[in-house]
Amino acid sequence: MNGGKRKWQALIVDDEELARKLIREMLATHPEIEVAAECGNGMEAVKAAGEHKPNLLFLDVQMPKLTGFDVLELIDRNGVAIVFVTAFDQYAMKAFDVHAVDYLLKPFSRERFEAALEKAKSQEGKKVVDAAELAAASRPAGQYAERIVVKDGTKVTLIGVSKLDYAEALDDYVSLVSEGKKHLKQQTISGLELALDPSLFVRIHRSYIVNLERVVRIEPYAKDSKVAILNSGVKLPVSRAGYARLKTLLEDKR
Amino acid sequence: MDKSNIGKSAWAVLWFAGVLFAALMATMLVTNWGMSWSAALILAVPMAALAQGIAWSARFTCRSHPLLGKDVWHTVLTHVAAAVVLAYLWVGIGKLVAQWIDSGLGMNGTYRHFAAAQTQLYGVGFSYYLLGTAFHYMLFAQKASQEAQERALESSVRAREAELSALKAQINPHFLYNSLNSISALTSIDPRRARDMCVSLADFLRLTLGMGEKALIPLREEVGLLEKYCAIEKVRFGERLTVKEEIQEEAKECLLPPLLLQPLFENAVVHGIAQMPEGGWIKLHAARNGARILLTVENSWDPEAGSSRRNGVGLRNVQRRLEARYGNEAQLQAKAEDEIFRVSLSFPAETEKAK
Repeated sequence: MNGGKRKWQALIVDDEELARKLIREMLATHPEIEVAAECGNGMEAVKAAGEHKPNLLFLDVQMPKLTGFDVLELIDRNGVAIVFVTAFDQYAMKAFDVHAVDYLLKPFSRERFEAALEKAKSQEGKKVVDAAELAAASRPAGQYAERIVVKDGTKVTLIGVSKLDYAEALDDYVSLVSEGKKHLKQQTISGLELALDPSLFVRIHRSYIVNLERVVRIEPYAKDSKVAILNSGVKLPVSRAGYARLKTLLEDKR
Repeated sequence: MDKSNIGKSAWAVLWFAGVLFAALMATMLVTNWGMSWSAALILAVPMAALAQGIAWSARFTCRSHPLLGKDVWHTVLTHVAAAVVLAYLWVGIGKLVAQWIDSGLGMNGTYRHFAAAQTQLYGVGFSYYLLGTAFHYMLFAQKASQEAQERALESSVRAREAELSALKAQINPHFLYNSLNSISALTSIDPRRARDMCVSLADFLRLTLGMGEKALIPLREEVGLLEKYCAIEKVRFGERLTVKEEIQEEAKECLLPPLLLQPLFENAVVHGIAQMPEGGWIKLHAARNGARILLTVENSWDPEAGSSRRNGVGLRNVQRRLEARYGNEAQLQAKAEDEIFRVSLSFPAETEKAK
């Protein structure tokens, strides 16, 4: 990274072709910026980000499957300047939370676009935020996640929370079990717990969160400890505090 | 049953009638049957009060037997029977009072005078009960018409509100911003298409704003608007958006509230097509089935995208407008099955000529 000489690699992510073309055209007067790829949706963006390692990202918010915020959760953001480009002004606060360098409202003028580029260039090399913070920021306040995005190599999987059986903490990762498959995600179990609706998911143990609907029964295991048996037959340990949480929740439901 | 139910004026009428009744009865007893004034008054006052009670009791019979009820003869018989029984009771009590005045108060001859008037008094009691029924039926009718007026007023206010909020929701600002962004892109890439899009957008806005002033428009005009809308969205979505129409010839002239279908198309685009990387389709089906018109808007959607709930506002709006216009004659059904989201509307078919 030696100042302004460095060539910029940009990714344009928007589900509308004309919107992408417009940005490409505005970038045409900037030879120092090379458009590495155009992406029509979030999945493509995640893939292209892995391949091209861009340092400038023009990102639409509302796109099929993965939103712009989902994309940010799944890519390596180190040294990437994010410029949101959207017709919706209601994401501006969230964009601020994820440390985007600018937020362009469609339609925008060339002057406004140039200003965004200037900001991106001046903020080069700034520190980024961690993924859990991003995940929390991409959720509207007071709402819980409806799905969890997981990236496995280049493959992106969306897990609807209703299909999540349970989650297990594994050091810096959580293992998400859904429909008989395990998915690893780089997130702490506490971070996941915050994202999930507490009336549907319970932290039954320091290392486990369970989908309440999957619990068939609770059995005593040893003195002071119990196991939860899921409809799939899986047994999960229940701590004393976890059992108390489970009990209040089940009593509330009744 | 309480005062507030029948109003102050009704109570005034009852009081006035009571006093008048007592005065007339006393006069009649004195002049026609030669009763003394004092005896006549002592007798007439409780008799008048009792008569008011009898007339009042008609209220309950009237309530349980509406004037325009199913069985008119039953109603008439009930009232006549009640009139006979109550008149008999009334005169019977009158006799007891007269007897008491006669012997108890020592005004000899009162009972004799009363007995002479007995036949006429039966007639009075009988008629007075029937007068009461007339009075109560009148009160009920007045109340019903007042309520009907209030309901009509309320429903017209609600219709107006639904209309207004529907119009406000009609032009989604994001639709405009995105369209303008497309034009902004086209100005240098393809100026001719940029101009076409400006024209389409202007046409769409003109139609939308113009239609809002009309109460009803023929389906073909709504379809014209939908085509403009889709033309604009096609510039944005390109190959991703496919629109199909199946409109029966007889349905084209059927009337509907303006901009009824447009929000459904917008929902289809925003929650259906825009959520699918490969895009999808919207299909409008319109058919007239005798006295009713059936409209269906279908679109492909991705159940995984999980945005079905957000359809709520637009759908509710359409439902409210239908209700305001057609009451329970209209039906709306929204259903997501497999990979198709379907909204079906059905309401009475009207045409310009038939009106």
